[in-house]
Amino acid sequence: MTGRAHTHEREQDFSDVDRGALIAELSRLVPKASLLHELEDLKPYECDGLAAYRQVPLAVVLAENETQVIAVLKTCSRLGVPVVARGAGTGLSGGALPHGNGVLLSLAKMKRILHLDPVARVAVVEPGVRNLAISEAAAPHGLYYAPDPSSQLACTIGGNIAENAGGVHCLKYGLTVHNVLRVRGVTMAGDAIELGNHALDAPGYDLLAVMIGSEGLLAVVTEVTVKLVPKPEAARVIMASFGDITHAGDAVAAIIAAGIIPAGLEMMDKPTTAAVEPFVKAGYDLDAAAILLCESDGTPEEVEEEIGRMRAVLEGSGATGIRVSTDEAERLKFWAGRKAAFPAAGTLAPDYYCMDGTIPRKRLGEILVAIAGMEKEYGLRCINVFHAGDGNLHPLILYDANVPGETERTEEFGARILEMSVALGGTITGEHGVGYEKLRGMCVQFDSDELTAFHGVKAAFDPQGLLNPGKAVPSLHRCAEFGRMHVHHGDLKFPDIERF
Amino acid sequence: MNDLSEQFVERITAASSDQPLCIRGGGSKDFYGEARRGEVIDTRGHAGIVAYEPTELVITARCGTPLAEIEAALAAQNQFLAFEPPTFGAGTVGGAVAAGLSGPRRASVGALRDYVLGVTILSGVPRRLTFGGTVMKNVAGYDVSRLMAGSLGTLGLILEVSLKVLPRPVAEASLRFDLPQAKALDALNAWAGQPLPLSASCWCDDALTLRLSGAEAAVAAAMRRLGGDGVTDAAAFWTSLREQRHAFFAGDETLMRLSLPSNAPPLALPGAQLIEWGGSQRWWRGDAATAREVAAKAGGHAVLFRGADKSAGVFQPLPAPILNIHRRLKAAFDPRGVFNTGRLYPNL
Repeated sequence: MTGRAHTHEREQDFSDVDRGALIAELSRLVPKASLLHELEDLKPYECDGLAAYRQVPLAVVLAENETQVIAVLKTCSRLGVPVVARGAGTGLSGGALPHGNGVLLSLAKMKRILHLDPVARVAVVEPGVRNLAISEAAAPHGLYYAPDPSSQLACTIGGNIAENAGGVHCLKYGLTVHNVLRVRGVTMAGDAIELGNHALDAPGYDLLAVMIGSEGLLAVVTEVTVKLVPKPEAARVIMASFGDITHAGDAVAAIIAAGIIPAGLEMMDKPTTAAVEPFVKAGYDLDAAAILLCESDGTPEEVEEEIGRMRAVLEGSGATGIRVSTDEAERLKFWAGRKAAFPAAGTLAPDYYCMDGTIPRKRLGEILVAIAGMEKEYGLRCINVFHAGDGNLHPLILYDANVPGETERTEEFGARILEMSVALGGTITGEHGVGYEKLRGMCVQFDSDELTAFHGVKAAFDPQGLLNPGKAVPSLHRCAEFGRMHVHHGDLKFPDIERF
Repeated sequence: MNDLSEQFVERITAASSDQPLCIRGGGSKDFYGEARRGEVIDTRGHAGIVAYEPTELVITARCGTPLAEIEAALAAQNQFLAFEPPTFGAGTVGGAVAAGLSGPRRASVGALRDYVLGVTILSGVPRRLTFGGTVMKNVAGYDVSRLMAGSLGTLGLILEVSLKVLPRPVAEASLRFDLPQAKALDALNAWAGQPLPLSASCWCDDALTLRLSGAEAAVAAAMRRLGGDGVTDAAAFWTSLREQRHAFFAGDETLMRLSLPSNAPPLALPGAQLIEWGGSQRWWRGDAATAREVAAKAGGHAVLFRGADKSAGVFQPLPAPILNIHRRLKAAFDPRGVFNTGRLYPNL
């Protein structure tokens, strides 16, 4: 099986993997308790945070150290078995969806903080360390790890690397790619590689940047060095109400135009505030068409000055009401509703589907009007929360999977939002990743030449194509199936591919 | 505004590994990297700002656009390229991305690669490929845009690039302290762990110069807290570092750039050093072999930045598995081996 040719034109067929032989080999590599292969043990791993897609793997390996990771990958490489790496399984795009003919490699047991250096301001951690655990360990030194995805209580740094996780503060503090200095990983061939270092750059191509956000397709992360930054002394947040959602969008642009980069800049529409208010009692203005949360952090003097400037801009942009948090408790209360948006959506309908497009900020009004139109067209409700500062939308489509046809309508609705994001000059995914869910969107956003280049990047790290196959970058055949393949340079590059 | 991409396609199509191309913009970094070979493909004609919207914090420009033109357009809106790339005179934006160099503000705000949002390139096939875009958050596909930063033109001809821009700081001030190297390094690492608005540092000749940037109140408070002496003509001083016109950089002696963990102790190297980036970037006039050994011991690497004799290799050699990935990436983007072959590493 090792001679199987990897091709980007079609997905590989792994149906000939010998389950018995695989489990026999794996049982020689890891302790008995670290290898799961009974159906009841495999079930908990059948999906990640996107439960709509489920697949039981042949086996789950709970790796305890890099030596085991190397052994498992070498063996799977020799046997031609696909491997899917998994952290806490909080991902929202099916990136850690197991392969039915493959091994699910969990890194959750590798959760030691190996070294924390407050002088160099770095922490060296294993991949299964939770995002928030890093900031907690750094807190006594007045430091923290800046990226703060909503799932930070549970999600692991290895998964953050795979997804290039963001959060509500990334406009000012950056994404995972801006806050990680070094990744140690293992390639499918079993080579340990180090990308980046404890300096600010490394020789050669910036493979660290390619690895971050690669959705587990290039190498399995075994160790990470993150950058720690000083915790701001003070933070305050403004809650501003708007009678019209486009005015709120304009206010976002006006803040940036005034030369202010807020620590956080979030928007919620009226249906969202109505849904979360009973939960959090944050005192949101329920008459407002939209509210903005605009945060300033830094030294107390800096915050005072910036809050004053922000308030002036928001007032000038037609805010109908403004409240500024007066203490830390109130600041957290204002934020609580934003953080509760997803759970609150769960109370409005049996199921919800979270989208993740990013658009240029100035197109916010346009896409909101379009989404409102689609709600009528599909007969489904959609509530909207945004990382407004960076144009990252999280429309939540509410549906009931038990009503025949609703799931399909929801998927179609979601795909239309993403296609519109691309048409407006944006992207199908700002921070949740393509995973399994958005393969179709990739065919819209990229043409066959660009997809071929991505497959070239994949093959540079994993020539056999065994790491997380069938995710993140669709085969050209799959795009042809979607019927949305872009014809480039006036001709079809692969005229022999069947099209449906 | 000129679009020369069709001419570039013709040149690339006509090129081969025996008759390769040397991509060149303003020629301001001809000195950088391994020897240039191949016929020059001049990108300066493919120039102009394609789109710039201050409220989106993004500028998109063709490769041949002079950095000076971009900076002037940004300055008119009170914005700037926060990573302060050296222009070295006639530098273009395409050349800046290809070289991946950042200036004094790097340790505080990030490197050029952190500000690259999207690129359009011509691959060696040639094919016109677009990666990333103009939005701040984008995780669709591998981050090929950042891969271009510092690749020295070996993977493709950058046609167009979109960079994130930032508002200029409201206030800026510089301070100077008389400090020997070890004490300066200790101070820099201690300050970097505190919420201070540091935006640049330079230690040279037993003097440490700091720059503070941010809100008026924040800069004023930090000045009171840190003390030190005022700096006359501070803007000119930081420009002289960024452009390597500072006296330390004069002369023909080999210039080594050591990239290290910021808290690496003072290096046992003879002669003068100039230290930037809070201790992470250390310049030294001396031989490559010594610098490379010292840098590796300290957990970093060394670049032969300028020098007549490059026989020691410009960049620190790569471990075999990493070099293999480099070779396969080169083959994926430039399968016919026409672009800047050997400029980064021999035969790459």
